[in-house]
Amino acid sequence: MVTRQKKIILDSISIDIPVGTICGLLGPSGSGKTTLIRSIVGLQKITSGEIEVLGFAQGAKALRNLIGYATQASSIYEDLTCLENINFYLSLHPRSQQSAGELLEKVDLTQQAHQIADSLSGGERSRLSLASALVGTPKVLILDEPTVGLDPLLRREIWQVIRQLAGQGVTILITSHVLDEAENCHQIILLRNGKILATGTPQELKFASKKESMEEVFISLVEKR
Amino acid sequence: MNARRLFGITKRILRQLRHDHRTLALVVVAPCLLMTILKWIYSDNGPVFQRVSGSLLGIFPMLIMFLITSVATLRERTSGTLERLLISPLTKLEFIFGYAISFGLLALSQGVIVSTYATQVLNLSIARSQLLLIWIAVIDALVGMAIGLLVSSFAKTEFQALQFMPAILLPQLLISGLLVPREQMPPLLYEVSNFLPLSYAADATRKVLSSSDSIMRDSLILIAFILGLLAVGSLTLKRISK
Repeated sequence: MVTRQKKIILDSISIDIPVGTICGLLGPSGSGKTTLIRSIVGLQKITSGEIEVLGFAQGAKALRNLIGYATQASSIYEDLTCLENINFYLSLHPRSQQSAGELLEKVDLTQQAHQIADSLSGGERSRLSLASALVGTPKVLILDEPTVGLDPLLRREIWQVIRQLAGQGVTILITSHVLDEAENCHQIILLRNGKILATGTPQELKFASKKESMEEVFISLVEKR
Repeated sequence: MNARRLFGITKRILRQLRHDHRTLALVVVAPCLLMTILKWIYSDNGPVFQRVSGSLLGIFPMLIMFLITSVATLRERTSGTLERLLISPLTKLEFIFGYAISFGLLALSQGVIVSTYATQVLNLSIARSQLLLIWIAVIDALVGMAIGLLVSSFAKTEFQALQFMPAILLPQLLISGLLVPREQMPPLLYEVSNFLPLSYAADATRKVLSSSDSIMRDSLILIAFILGLLAVGSLTLKRISK
């Protein structure tokens, strides 16, 4: 449970994300998605309960090399070039297998390598932010709304990167308020008002409520209450 | 403390500065310009120019580093980069030292340029070595940096951070001996000025300009201010929020 100024933000949350899977945390804005992932990365104090990541307690020092995190607002240095941004994060981690060039290529920013981040478009910024989160080859990747403001083509490319990472054994937790992105996930957690509305694979959820799209699943679940 | 990470963050901050031409101009051109105006005002009054220069040479490094640090660290806090750093292997100490080293280097270049300009072009006379003047400029700048780091945690926007400038720095300037020598001020003001870092930076600068008095005590007090303010400032770099 997480409370902030006596207001309950998250309540009776119990989830289990298997290694190497993509878990989608979906729900309208204000449902507690960001608070939940901030708790998992260790930035948010939890009032009760416990969180364990890869066997380590919340916020454990050992996790600092293992978790990659991209915040909702693209956390980049706007006065540096893309390459300088990545190089900085590279200097913080023990020598990683991937070079700055490879990371930029992964998110399709090779052309913009020497461009100051300030002049990037919204989509390019979030891709740079994603590349920064990939520095240090994390075992767990936590992405807060990484596809906001991306056109469908880029969104598909980002999802390809994400699937590829999961294939390599990276565990991915991703939030989105676009319910239809759920199709890309192995497991879905539907969150509303700080509580879990439903959880399962996209197919299970759709089958259970006999609906075609995640959007309809969500509506029918809310109406049932 | 890990040398590679420390070097990494220092390099990053210096690179950000290199891209920021306005800030570099502010650091170097503004003090030279203001010293020139001062020289012009007191062109017939050498002794007053000497005294006022002490305060002015003391305020530049502190004021400018305060501005740069408060805005830079506020940006780290609001853009999410600080959160990313806090969950990365970078330690708080490395974060603070990274800022201290890069802004210290910036202050060093400022000190060299401004003091050379003041002595060579404006004929400011120095009783002692110019190196002492530069030394004070650097520790003085670090006080400004430490204040900036601290106040950035009390601000939500860059505008709010700037509001601390008239509140915290300008009063210090007024009672640092700029208008009248500190000892000649009303007793209460004199006592208050004894608790403010700029007074010691200005005193030390004046001593180097026109006496053979030791600046050891002033230096130590300024260093104590730096360490104290940084210690409090580091508490504001909270990894976990309530």
